[in-house]
Amino acid sequence: MSKKIAVIDYGMGNLRSVVKALEYVAEGKAEVLLTSNPDLVAISDHVVFPGQGAARDCMAALRDTGMDEVVIEAAHSKPFLGVCMGMQVLMTHSEENGGTDLLNLFRGEVRRFPDNADGERLKVPQMGWNTIHEVQRDHPLFKGIHDNSHFYFVHSYYVSPADPSLTAGETDYGVTFTSAIARDNVFAMQSHPEKSAEAGLQLLRNFISWDGTA
Amino acid sequence: MSLAKRIIPCLDVRDGRVVKGVQFVDIRDAGDPVEVARRYNAEGADEITFLDITASSDDRDTIIHVVEAVAETVFIPLTVGGGIRKVEDIRRLLNAGADKVAINTAAVFNPDLVSEASARVGSQCIVVAIDAKRVSAEGEPPKWEIFTHGGRKPTGIDAVEWAREMVERGAGEILLTSMDRDGTKKGFDLELTRAISEAVPVPVIASGGVGNLEHLAEGVTEGKADAVLAASIFHFGEYSVGEAKQYMASRGIEVRMP
Repeated sequence: MSKKIAVIDYGMGNLRSVVKALEYVAEGKAEVLLTSNPDLVAISDHVVFPGQGAARDCMAALRDTGMDEVVIEAAHSKPFLGVCMGMQVLMTHSEENGGTDLLNLFRGEVRRFPDNADGERLKVPQMGWNTIHEVQRDHPLFKGIHDNSHFYFVHSYYVSPADPSLTAGETDYGVTFTSAIARDNVFAMQSHPEKSAEAGLQLLRNFISWDGTA
Repeated sequence: MSLAKRIIPCLDVRDGRVVKGVQFVDIRDAGDPVEVARRYNAEGADEITFLDITASSDDRDTIIHVVEAVAETVFIPLTVGGGIRKVEDIRRLLNAGADKVAINTAAVFNPDLVSEASARVGSQCIVVAIDAKRVSAEGEPPKWEIFTHGGRKPTGIDAVEWAREMVERGAGEILLTSMDRDGTKKGFDLELTRAISEAVPVPVIASGGVGNLEHLAEGVTEGKADAVLAASIFHFGEYSVGEAKQYMASRGIEVRMP
């Protein structure tokens, strides 16, 4: 039996790239399931939780599909990778849409980038390649990836965890913000590994072979 | 460390084939968009733009298959422009594996398409391509107008105002081409690039006129562009994307080194 990797589909955006990148690095050794079926998530070995769009829409879609409970269960039990909105939604609360309550798996706020930094206008969203400083340098998901490698980001909001020890990676864009978090079996990142060339593929490779311990 | 400036090679695709010759020694089929895209990816391209110049609207499906095939093995952002008229066209391209679509003429004739599309698929997927031409005389304050049909038809629309309106309607990025410079190899219209880049809060990609690596660097340092796009200098093997990045880095510009 090959390993099963569930990519959670709750109707928020196009998940084809995530699936293709996972299939590419799995090289046939793991089965990638794009699914909105809680039973399939339950029998999967690894769970990827992507997301895009606005915080309120994401939360509404998670509740409407009943996937909120499934995500929380998976984040407590198996190697779990949150990507982009799939990272933000794990926190307590977002400033987006006039304030949106999130899943509260980890305590922290999701804040909007400032419009100005050091007297210069900051273009928001941040769109493009920025570096991740590997704060948790020895985390298994960073294996084989140089510190300060570039990853592809597209976002207007960033995660600010209440507990600084949650931070696995940091990035500068007007402010220094937490671009990756890690705790036990959960790893989540703001950038898109599926669009980050070799660095992103290596991170996905690491995720597939990860046993969920730090 | 901060956000890197992007280098974006652009491929003209007609009926599913790359139309300008590519002289990579290690590519068997220079007309195959998949092979060319893989090569640019290996060289460190930050993104790839496909411009579909297929003449007949009957053959629109071809570009969908190209995107699907490229997205199987190339894991960087992919943008597709050319011939996009409806939200349905956009949805199909995104489903095929494109990350962004560039809307050009359709935005001029139907600006609501930009509003509708960004509301449906998100601003981050919507690039508005602006073809601008200088209309002010020498010595006058600079002024640029939007042109359609490959730079032949004026619209009377001011380029800076248009860029602002497109962003208000939800464009997440502006792909700016100077029709005066396109194909000339004289470098970007830096004044135009800077005027647009300073007018809008979203990234601006400079395009049109690149003849050497210095031109690319100027687009960023003087034009204040967030990304630079070029076709022919890469297609004809004059410079590789890697050389372009080395040069930009030597000028103190932050770039991603693969």
